[in-house]
Amino acid sequence: MRFLPLVWAGLKRKKLRTALTFLSIFIAFVLFAFLGALKAALGGGVSMAGLDRLIVRHKVSLIQTLPESYSARIRAVAGVAAVCHQTWFGGIYQDPKNFFPNMPVEPAAFCDMFPEFVLKPAERQAWLATRDGAIVGRSTAERFKWKIGDRIPLQAPIWGPPVGKSQWDLELVGIFDGAKKGTETTQLFFRYDYFEEAREREKGQVGWYTVRIADPDRAAAIAATIDAEFANSPYETKTEPEGAFAQGFAQQIGDIASIVMAVVAAVFFTILLVAGNTMVQSVRERTEELGVLKAIGFSNSLVLALVLLESCCIAMFGGFAGLGAAWLIIVSGNPVAGLLPVFYLPTASLVSGCLLASALGIVAGALPAWQAMRLRISDALRRGG
Amino acid sequence: MSPSDQPLVRISNVTRNFKRGAEEIHVLSGLDLAVNEAEFLALMGPSGSGKSTLLNLIGGLDRPTSGSVQIGEDRVNELSDRQLAAWRARHIGFVFQFYNLLPALSAERNVELPLLLTGLNKAERRRHVAAAFEAVGLTNRARHFPRTLSGGEQQRVGIARAIVTDPTVLLCDEPTGDLDRKAGDEILALLQSLNADHGKTIIMVTHDPHASARASRTVYLDKGQLSNTPVA
Repeated sequence: MRFLPLVWAGLKRKKLRTALTFLSIFIAFVLFAFLGALKAALGGGVSMAGLDRLIVRHKVSLIQTLPESYSARIRAVAGVAAVCHQTWFGGIYQDPKNFFPNMPVEPAAFCDMFPEFVLKPAERQAWLATRDGAIVGRSTAERFKWKIGDRIPLQAPIWGPPVGKSQWDLELVGIFDGAKKGTETTQLFFRYDYFEEAREREKGQVGWYTVRIADPDRAAAIAATIDAEFANSPYETKTEPEGAFAQGFAQQIGDIASIVMAVVAAVFFTILLVAGNTMVQSVRERTEELGVLKAIGFSNSLVLALVLLESCCIAMFGGFAGLGAAWLIIVSGNPVAGLLPVFYLPTASLVSGCLLASALGIVAGALPAWQAMRLRISDALRRGG
Repeated sequence: MSPSDQPLVRISNVTRNFKRGAEEIHVLSGLDLAVNEAEFLALMGPSGSGKSTLLNLIGGLDRPTSGSVQIGEDRVNELSDRQLAAWRARHIGFVFQFYNLLPALSAERNVELPLLLTGLNKAERRRHVAAAFEAVGLTNRARHFPRTLSGGEQQRVGIARAIVTDPTVLLCDEPTGDLDRKAGDEILALLQSLNADHGKTIIMVTHDPHASARASRTVYLDKGQLSNTPVA
């Protein structure tokens, strides 16, 4: 503690340079935090996926549909405990930019399959009793300020309008929350029987099946059995764990983890050079002062520690402030306006950010600290004089 | 307070050579010197005669090629780097020609620096700093930063920093070299007072006969050898 004023004096020596270095580190860590949140958002489905759930989809691609009749045949496969299906509806609320996923599902089977979507019992009953009823996640309900009882009109470019109407008109009967932080709450679900009755084409077809299995250790064998069941049919299937399915879904727009890592690595390498250069310049300018400190009795290791501490102060102040600012922005509201299913700063990203800031300080300060430690007093004083 | 007959500083057969490329330069050759406790010694000689090298050896900033440097009971040339740093903090006060104050610290913070290496708490450190400022007659400028002080005032702060730990020996390298005559005289009077009134042992390197006249003894260094008479 007694040496902190000395470290502070070193930082104040060139205020503009210290401020600019601080700012560059601050911005780097804001970016780091946002990329961490983005990665969590895009990989959210992967981390939230149930280990005991498989997805059965068309072998060719996700946009190819499967017959609804497969439901009973999948249920008959040994080891399958439950089955439900979903279909991509692609409904648009008022404007295409108001995107949120919406799917027709079988309410009872769906609620049993996905306990992570927490719905009040009364709302579940209301959904089971209301043919055109829909439930929506909390974040989308808040985004559009919807409340129970509201009518939600949707346009469906994929399916067209329902028979005899100009648009799909749903009654909001429930708002669900996520059981865990990171559970997606942007989706809207409505009843498949209403959808099936009102759509004009592809009747009897569904998007994909979610299958609960009794023993997760047998996932591979059950998946192979399901795919074998439909081999050589017009609708061959590909069955995979839900996590792999979600990952494949996210990777449709690229390998997010690799992109994030590449951006973070490039940013940090640049910041390392900036911070390292600042410290090297700072030590070079203070050669004489460091010589004086050593002359009056500061040991080599103490001088090394002071330079390292100074470097760590810039990196940690900048880094922690950047992480804090990003955290504040993220918790004060979803800055991506609901475009991503979840947007939060994972604790792991926050902790790794703090560790990274400390490591940045040590690495950037290592060389100048070593130079300061090795400085010969008589040379330093001669250079100064 | 008059100098005692006990040598505090004993330089015995000290040689210091430097290498410049393939050439070896002999700066000090078999030099002997004894400085008594509470003595004010002036060390004179032409540029390049080895005055600063000798001062660096006494202050433990450099090591002799051969020979021994003893201050009190400590053989300085036998101490490790870490021991030497601790020894300097305890026994040596340096006064530099160009003051060498840290510009980002106030005068009192500069003076406090050597005390940071002691076990003193903040209140005790403040007390010592105040006493040092009083000794150099600069109490009213303690909170000023070096850039706002005159050369003479900066050197007073430098002296306050040198004496704040009550060191065994005060080593002054051309302390008036960067000052005008009036300010230089004031600094010399201050050093003289520290020697006479407080019994400080002072070794001062200078070019200036006017400065050396203030010392109780003057020795002359030329071509690596000491003598008691001026170099011709």
